[in-house]
Amino acid sequence: MSTTWQPVCPLDALVPDRGAAALVTGPGGEPAQVALFRLSSGDLHAVGHRDPFSGANVIARGLVGSAGEVPVVISPLHKQAFDLRSGAALDDPEVSLGTWDVRVVDGQVEVRAR
Amino acid sequence: MSKRTLAVVGAGMVAHRLVEALVERGATTEWDIEVFGEESRPPYDRVALTSFFTLRDPDELLLGDRGLWRTTGVRLHRSSPVDAIDPAAGTLTTHGRRVRYDAAVLATGSSATVPPVRGADAEGCFVYRTVDDVAELRAWVNERSGRAGGRPARGVVVGGGLLGLEAAGALTQLGAETTVVELSDRLMPLQVDAGGGEALRRLVEELEVRVLTGTASTEVVTGRNGRVKALRTDGPTLDTDVVVFATGVRPRDELARAAGLEVHERGGVLADEACRTSAEGVYVIGEAAHVAGRTWGLVGPGYAMAEVVADRLLGGDARFEGADPSTKLKLLGVDVASFGDAFGRTDGSLEVVYSDPVAGLYKKLVMSDDASELLGGVLIGDASAYTSLRPMVGRPLGVDPTAWLLPDGVEPPGSGDLPDDAVVCSCNNVAAGQIRSAVCDAGCTDLAGVKACSRAGTSCGSCVPLVKRLMDAELEAAGVTIDRGLCEHFSVTRAELYEIVRITGLTRFSEIIGRHGTGHGCDICRPVVASILASLGRGHVLDDENAALQDTNDHVMANLQKDGTYSVVPRIPGGEITPDGLIAIGEVARAFGLYTKITGGQRIDLFGARIEQLPQIWERLVDAGFESGHAYGKALRTVKSCVGSTWCRYGVQDSVGLAIALELRYRGLRSPHKIKLGVSGCARECAEARSKDIGVIASEKGWNLYVGGNGGFTPRHAQLFAEDLTTEELVRTIDRILQYYVRTADRLQRTAPWLEEVGIEHVREVVLEDSLGIGAELDAMMARHVEGYEDEWAATLRDPAKLAVFASYVNAPGTADPDLAYLEERGQRRPAGPVLVAGPSIPVGKP
Ligand SMILES: Cc1cc2nc3c(=O)[nH]c(=O)nc-3n(C[C@H](O)[C@H](O)[C@H](O)COP(=O)(O)OP(=O)(O)OC[C@H]3O[C@@H](n4cnc5c(N)ncnc54)[C@H](O)[C@@H]3O)c2cc1C
Repeated sequence: MSTTWQPVCPLDALVPDRGAAALVTGPGGEPAQVALFRLSSGDLHAVGHRDPFSGANVIARGLVGSAGEVPVVISPLHKQAFDLRSGAALDDPEVSLGTWDVRVVDGQVEVRAR
Repeated sequence: MSKRTLAVVGAGMVAHRLVEALVERGATTEWDIEVFGEESRPPYDRVALTSFFTLRDPDELLLGDRGLWRTTGVRLHRSSPVDAIDPAAGTLTTHGRRVRYDAAVLATGSSATVPPVRGADAEGCFVYRTVDDVAELRAWVNERSGRAGGRPARGVVVGGGLLGLEAAGALTQLGAETTVVELSDRLMPLQVDAGGGEALRRLVEELEVRVLTGTASTEVVTGRNGRVKALRTDGPTLDTDVVVFATGVRPRDELARAAGLEVHERGGVLADEACRTSAEGVYVIGEAAHVAGRTWGLVGPGYAMAEVVADRLLGGDARFEGADPSTKLKLLGVDVASFGDAFGRTDGSLEVVYSDPVAGLYKKLVMSDDASELLGGVLIGDASAYTSLRPMVGRPLGVDPTAWLLPDGVEPPGSGDLPDDAVVCSCNNVAAGQIRSAVCDAGCTDLAGVKACSRAGTSCGSCVPLVKRLMDAELEAAGVTIDRGLCEHFSVTRAELYEIVRITGLTRFSEIIGRHGTGHGCDICRPVVASILASLGRGHVLDDENAALQDTNDHVMANLQKDGTYSVVPRIPGGEITPDGLIAIGEVARAFGLYTKITGGQRIDLFGARIEQLPQIWERLVDAGFESGHAYGKALRTVKSCVGSTWCRYGVQDSVGLAIALELRYRGLRSPHKIKLGVSGCARECAEARSKDIGVIASEKGWNLYVGGNGGFTPRHAQLFAEDLTTEELVRTIDRILQYYVRTADRLQRTAPWLEEVGIEHVREVVLEDSLGIGAELDAMMARHVEGYEDEWAATLRDPAKLAVFASYVNAPGTADPDLAYLEERGQRRPAGPVLVAGPSIPVGKP
């Protein structure tokens, strides 16, 4: 099953405050796409790469930033902001990117479906 | 209840305002409004008549929203002179037809008077009142210039008042050598005093207009062909090809006279404070009226009368009790303003005068006997204080009057304390209180709203800066902080942030936000900082930390489309491309399966490029000699051109050559918003340059420069900025305008709203007269930009480290997004997602 940890890339491959997409396997064994963000604060987040508003796989190409205290990524297509910790759209909490567990082991980034 | 009929005689400026006011107030439920105008055009802006020469299309002069004339219950009859009116029967006659009315409004304006000079009806003598007058004058002068075999046409204007100087401006614009002959001892004797007249003369003479004051015209001399040859005066005899009489106007009261209405002996239909004439049911407004003791030769008082009559027709009791005859004009490019008791006729009044003959400045304030209260004034050469001073007439000035007169003396004292009843907009008679109430009662929070709601600043626009100050003060008082901050992370505006970055020399986002902002930034401030750094020439857009500032378009140097792929636009300067270039682009498109479309900016857009394909696509484009078109950036986009004198039989200048030169000069320039330019090779304007931020139109003598046009959601026509520039002057002027815009505009503010905010006059002063002393700095910045330009795509391809950003997946860098799907349509690919068009298909013919 795919709820195991999947190695993705070396931590160094992630540019601070810029996203990167990765091809992984979803919880049911289906192909999935995740967007990884390494923030300049040092925090690491993994959310779905698919923009739920447009259906396009673009989230990793959004700008990151903060809304108050909330770390966010902003969809590059229509500019909705999503909470990087929960995946929820700030203006529409019903809509979510979905989130993945993420960790670094020996300098390698790994993700796991929730 | 059946509707009543309102007949409006005359379709000029004031009639237009009347109808507008009635429609706005819903009068069409009670009245059918029939407007009869003698001219063939709908009402137009007579005040701006002289701009006819710089407009391509006289329709641009038309007033207001043309939909007004399609309103149900409103009918405009053009070319329909009213020949008689019969108040007893309630009818009028036009084209031999009788029209019944319940109420009539005379808005017949004035006609230009021609002085009793022998020969004044000769061919080649003109007056200056209507579009037709101006069109005929132009045709005549152009024809004369053609004949004289290279010699410029010569023109004489009789009359040195407002109209005469307007006409002189028109003649000089037509390239004629112009002389103004004025009977009185100075120019504009009705508005300015002797000192002002002298300053004005000097300024006008600098423009190569000859001025003869104290000179009486005696006879128009004609040649054997009956055409004007010279004007004889009690001084010199002036050889000339054309004579324009601008000696005054006379109210058109002939209809009223014939109908037995009371008229004033010196002209004008007599009316009471409700603008009612001596005949039941007949009103009079505008220049035709003699009301509140005089006739009124300005549009502002006419508008006030129109509002009074609109109110009366709807059962109100508004009164016209006189209006402010103050004026601020720009004649031949010279500021002239006169307000209040300009001649110091009040008993014991004191005059404070500042005069600088070298700089061509003359400013006078008339003060009460104790020097405390402002009574009036005259400003020549620089009338910037007019908007602030005029509403203070009759009130204490607060500061030492001389402070107002010295150049750059004081920042005018706050307008916040202007009393509510001080009239701010004299065209539309709007007082300070009404502007305040537009903010605090009607809830307007921006200039556009306040203008729409109060009408202030919608006619001549000279009061707009003051309206804005009042609005800001009111908003502030209401506790609405006018938050002009960029976003939650920066409380400064874009222009302020630009200055901070420029002065501190900071180059990293983290330092900039750390010292001058809060938090981690967002999709607003990050790209703004990136753009500012790029404008200041601080490095490649993908350099280190700052790569995280760019939104995806700037980051990958392509335009994101709805399915997550990008479009690619190579630069095609001026829209000129060789067959080989076209083939190269075609081959790239074919090799990568890209959808191709010609853009509005005369280049080719290639759609459907996946992120990981961008470097390969550009490798081939760069090899074929192409470079980035910056279609993705807030930057110079294109310089559109017509083919100009290269091929076109009408072209007078090389528009393609200029467009290419400009595009190559400004390519890559980062700015608050996208910038588009256009260059047309003749006045036919096929490049649509006036819909661009910077438009250049060839004239016989050089280039005319227009600024502030755009298409899009709120289309705007660019406004004339400067005329007949040489190529060198043109380029320097554009350099400075662009750099000043980059420096001072707000985020995502295009040139039109920017100009509206800072004022085109202000930009002219900064750019043409270097009023802020930053001209050399702006020039140097543009020189640095030109020098430092490099093609971002070529630079990216040379640097393998930069190519990492084009990985589709960090763990599968060259893999295509497996979710992308395409359909074929009209021989090309398009995303398979839903197409959002509905309805039946449109039948078309066979090929
Ligand atoms: C070159 C120029 C520059 C000016 N500059 C300024 C300025 O800077 N500031 C300012 O305040 N004012 C200025 N004025 C004056 C301003 O244009 C007038 O005050 C204003 O147009 C008056 O409006 P009105 O409607 O009364 O008359 P008009 O605009 O003249 O309109 C009257 C209309 O009635 C028509 N008409 C007349 N008789 C009949 C009839 N029997 N039947 C049908 N139609 C008829 C006429 O053909 C005309 O179209 C300027 C005028 C000119 C010519």
